[in-house]
Amino acid sequence: MNNLFQALMDIVGEDHISNRQEELFIYSWDLGTTEPHKPDFVVSPRTTKEIQKIMELANREKIPVVPLGGGLSLAGLAVPFKGGILVDLKRMDTIIEVNEQARYALLECGVSQGQLTSYLERNHPHLTHSEPGAPPTATIAGNAAIHGQGDLSQPYGFNSDMINGLEIVLPTGEVCCFGSCSIGAGWFTQHPLPDVGLFLGWTGTTGIITKISLRLFPCKKIRGTALFVVDDEDQVPEIYYKITHTQMCEDIVAFSQTIPPYAGGLHHFTVNLAADSEKELELKQEIIFDDALGKIIQQGYGGYLGFTPGLQHPQISKTSDWRKGGGFEYVGGIMPVSQYPECYRRGKEISERHNIPYTVLGRCIGAAHAMMFSWTYAFNRSDPETIHHAREAMRETDELALELGGTIWKPGIYGQKLVMDRMDPNTLELMKKIKQLLDPNGIMNPGNWEVKS
Amino acid sequence: MSLADFEYGDIIHRCFRCGYCKFPVNWMDVNNCPAYARYRMESYSCGGRLWLTRAWLMNEIQWTDHLAHILYSCTACKNCEVKCPLGINVDILNMIRAAKKEMVEQGKIPTAARDFLESIQLHGNPYRIPKSKRGVWMDEAGIERYQGQEYLYHVGCVGAYDTRAREAAKKLGRLLQKCGVSFGALGEAEPCDGNEVNHMGEEGLFEMMVEDNISLLNSLGVKKVITLSPHSYNAIKNDYPRYGGKFRILHYTQLLEKLIEANRLNPTVEMRIKVTYHDPCFLGRWNAEYDAPRSVLKSIPGVSLVEMERNRESSLCCGGGGGNFSMDLLGGSPDSPARRRVHEALATGANILAVACPKCLIILEDAVKVEGLDDKLIVKDIAEIAAESCGIM
Amino acid sequence: MYTLKFDEQKCLRCPTHACLTKCRYMDMDKDSAGEEILRIARGEDSFVLHDCVTCYACEEYCPMNNHPFYLIVQRQEELNVPPLPRPLIRRGINMGVPFRGDPVIEELNGKALLMGAFSDHMFLIQGRLFEGLPVISSDPRKMFHYFCQLMYLHYSRISVINERLPKIINTISMHNVTEIICFHDECYGAYTSYCPAMGIDVPFKPIHLFEFLYNRLLELKDQIRDVNLRVAYQRPCSARLSPDKHHFVEDIFRLIGAEPVPRKYSGEDALCCGGAIEGQRREGSRKRALDIQRRNISDMADAGAEVCVFNCPACYHTMEHSVAQKGIKPVYMSDLCRLAIGERPARWR
Repeated sequence: MNNLFQALMDIVGEDHISNRQEELFIYSWDLGTTEPHKPDFVVSPRTTKEIQKIMELANREKIPVVPLGGGLSLAGLAVPFKGGILVDLKRMDTIIEVNEQARYALLECGVSQGQLTSYLERNHPHLTHSEPGAPPTATIAGNAAIHGQGDLSQPYGFNSDMINGLEIVLPTGEVCCFGSCSIGAGWFTQHPLPDVGLFLGWTGTTGIITKISLRLFPCKKIRGTALFVVDDEDQVPEIYYKITHTQMCEDIVAFSQTIPPYAGGLHHFTVNLAADSEKELELKQEIIFDDALGKIIQQGYGGYLGFTPGLQHPQISKTSDWRKGGGFEYVGGIMPVSQYPECYRRGKEISERHNIPYTVLGRCIGAAHAMMFSWTYAFNRSDPETIHHAREAMRETDELALELGGTIWKPGIYGQKLVMDRMDPNTLELMKKIKQLLDPNGIMNPGNWEVKS
Repeated sequence: MSLADFEYGDIIHRCFRCGYCKFPVNWMDVNNCPAYARYRMESYSCGGRLWLTRAWLMNEIQWTDHLAHILYSCTACKNCEVKCPLGINVDILNMIRAAKKEMVEQGKIPTAARDFLESIQLHGNPYRIPKSKRGVWMDEAGIERYQGQEYLYHVGCVGAYDTRAREAAKKLGRLLQKCGVSFGALGEAEPCDGNEVNHMGEEGLFEMMVEDNISLLNSLGVKKVITLSPHSYNAIKNDYPRYGGKFRILHYTQLLEKLIEANRLNPTVEMRIKVTYHDPCFLGRWNAEYDAPRSVLKSIPGVSLVEMERNRESSLCCGGGGGNFSMDLLGGSPDSPARRRVHEALATGANILAVACPKCLIILEDAVKVEGLDDKLIVKDIAEIAAESCGIM
Repeated sequence: MYTLKFDEQKCLRCPTHACLTKCRYMDMDKDSAGEEILRIARGEDSFVLHDCVTCYACEEYCPMNNHPFYLIVQRQEELNVPPLPRPLIRRGINMGVPFRGDPVIEELNGKALLMGAFSDHMFLIQGRLFEGLPVISSDPRKMFHYFCQLMYLHYSRISVINERLPKIINTISMHNVTEIICFHDECYGAYTSYCPAMGIDVPFKPIHLFEFLYNRLLELKDQIRDVNLRVAYQRPCSARLSPDKHHFVEDIFRLIGAEPVPRKYSGEDALCCGGAIEGQRREGSRKRALDIQRRNISDMADAGAEVCVFNCPACYHTMEHSVAQKGIKPVYMSDLCRLAIGERPARWR
């Protein structure tokens, strides 16, 4: 171990490696309910070259490597279950290029959502990216790697659909590029080369993303949120359908929650609108709220609550403090939109069973092709009983998501097993072969997506 | 001490470690917590410190030098409190200070912190220089002893002893003389104000100092105080009243602003400089004074004021608060906050980096030298710029 | 339990039926106005119940002091013709439910200022004008214990008001106050107009904020410097419940050297901010609200207003952006008064 420490220190420098209890403690914890496991070393490399050397060393020594971005998955995806080297990637935070005309940004893997948001606001006000509902410390690459979604997922799909190219360090230490960049043609498209995209959704078990080219989208002068509300969950899928048909908005989210009381039992839609002029904004409002939803309002089943200019940046951590407890975790199901009512009703039951105020949310992906439905369970970090309840509720919800015909987004170990139990055996076998090909010594983020023989 | 006995035991678990605390207001850089900027490990972030403190109090980890280093690397710059979206934000630094206090009580603090506190106790300053030398600066500048004048000019340890800061202290004194302000200083009788002692968790010593200082000032009939250092300003303004010390307190930039408004200070020498201003934490985030220093600069002829991208509430701390000016737990790296900061200043195109704090003055000037920017950027106190514009060289 | 003091005979004797002829949102002659209000008085349906935008103005227009607006709202509820969609009503009703513990009751034995459900607007009661004045409902977590409930007039829910308001009055009374300065004139209207109309006892003396401000300014008269601003006042719906206090608007303006611009939509002819209208069920409500707002703000701009003075936070939030877009600065009355005595209000730039 001493030799390993020295070898790692030689790679990253003495300020950027630790095997002291404080770092091992902090990096053993996920922010959700996953039990902690300590790494043997924590390193924070600055370059792809350093990561390459770390991988070569780890592969040679057959020691686990766990890549970490913002560390905000809440599902324990970067908990070093089998120890090894925890690689904190946040020092790799250079915004290498923003191509205004071709609308993409080339980023190192540690660039945070907040950093990119701010950079674009200050330097490229006509461009924006699909900002996820996570705190600004979440990384762009981490979010794409787990198939995250953001506030442009309704028009443009999963954030992982917005990738133009990747640079990857393989578990065996080779650096590979994917997309147009691989033929030296710049970073503007992922297609139409042979598809070798084997690094998304794998939870860091097939390699480490070191660079990402992310699509950017037009940012209009006025962006804001209109609010609409219904009191019957059975109407929600139809409203998603009607609003998406207009093709007039950005994000569409329906939510319902116990706290504050006015939100309980109701389903609020936040509908993000963007426009370059008041005229455009009014046209969009008219088409959505007068034409598409006007009848519902007149019949008294749905209510329009006005438009507020200015987008609220995510403040998700407030949810964590509802029980004055500093913790929450959620199951994100990728669900058919038609299942909203059942997701809501059954989720509410689970929450009530575990004495947790219910909090659910459905974010539209694509033209209502799917929704990310989240069931959030707050817990009190200082009360083991509430942590136990949240963990149990999470497991029941993992099962519910699959039962209702959906799949689990960024599942933890428990959810991964449920998914693999249901997976087509041939697909599973292919996953196994790919994993063996890329990571012959099984060093990458072990415990995750382990296909049993 | 167990978690149950910890003053903030009922809230310390409420930090989610979401990481907002690392950012400035506009999210442009994840490095706005000076300790995190320097070390870039989660343990050195605000959330890391809170989680580690809790783990220590719950006996999940043991005290180590490294743990003490992590706690004491907090400069109390208050960026975390500004950014934290939770209701616990008002108590973040109270929690850190309470954890340091527990370390003090157990006698387990970094050596540099112990040396600092010992020196304060023995000599009344962190430099281990005899008290008798504390008045040298004012004799050099021809400043009167305090004898019931309108203002007491409190210069603070750094302004009194550090060669570079003394220049600023003297310039300010001469500037005030020129404006006809009635003031005096205490010289060798001036006590340390205790701001750093407080933020290093030495509560007993701090209380003793405050009580002594209040009775000294009261016995001298002091009603109004001006300070060179925002650190002194903060302690006298926000902590002394709890112990019965009620003084009208001004940071010197606030007084200069008033003097300019009243036409008593008339900077006339055309300076022809491009200036960027670095907000000191104990003037800015701690006391919401962002305008007075800027207003003074703007009133000086030939000053073109440009802002760094991180300014006002978003300002990046130089790394000198919480005793770190003396302990230097954040130095020694290109990632040290002061070294990051001078590059940000340079990027504005300014040739002068203006400060309003003697600690910032020295730390940033050192950073300019280490980064080899001497020929591009000069660090100056606003007092110096204003004095020079009034012909005081 | 409580019964609205409405006298049909007064309507029969009414020479004008101004309640409906003056309505800014419905067009009626005197005869049809008389017919419709009597229809409503007798408990029958009327298009008025469906088309009412709930702007409160008929309370002011009625020359017989006969509470036509309260009657309309009561009938909307009885006949189930709510102006708002169902979920908005449910949302609104639940909004007023306190859920963060009980307030700390401090006995004040005298005069106090009541923030009602606007405890998050404490920044508006700072400075010398309010110095030394004890405040009731200063904690946003507890503010719904002090919520006058009159908002539910927009929601066709007299029943909710009558159920909750006596409890609110009781909570306020527990502070042992004699005089209550109401931060919002909806509270003032609740205690001086609605409660008497319903026979609800109010054991303290409410004071209108503008009356208080005027008298405080007189006390500080030597500190007043003319603000020299051309102002337009956005009169809120709740002001219709206390028309006798409306003169304080001009009185204050005169005292602080603000020049009210001559405009069409002022006094009795004031237009609603649109906040209560945009979500209503009636077809075209969103556009109607927008149109009202546009006419209102253009009127201010055409008259040369530099500042739009607000009383009600709901009006402020509804209109601040549109007003600012027209180059008019939105400001609360209390902040304007602070400006006149040389203070710098929190939001003044």
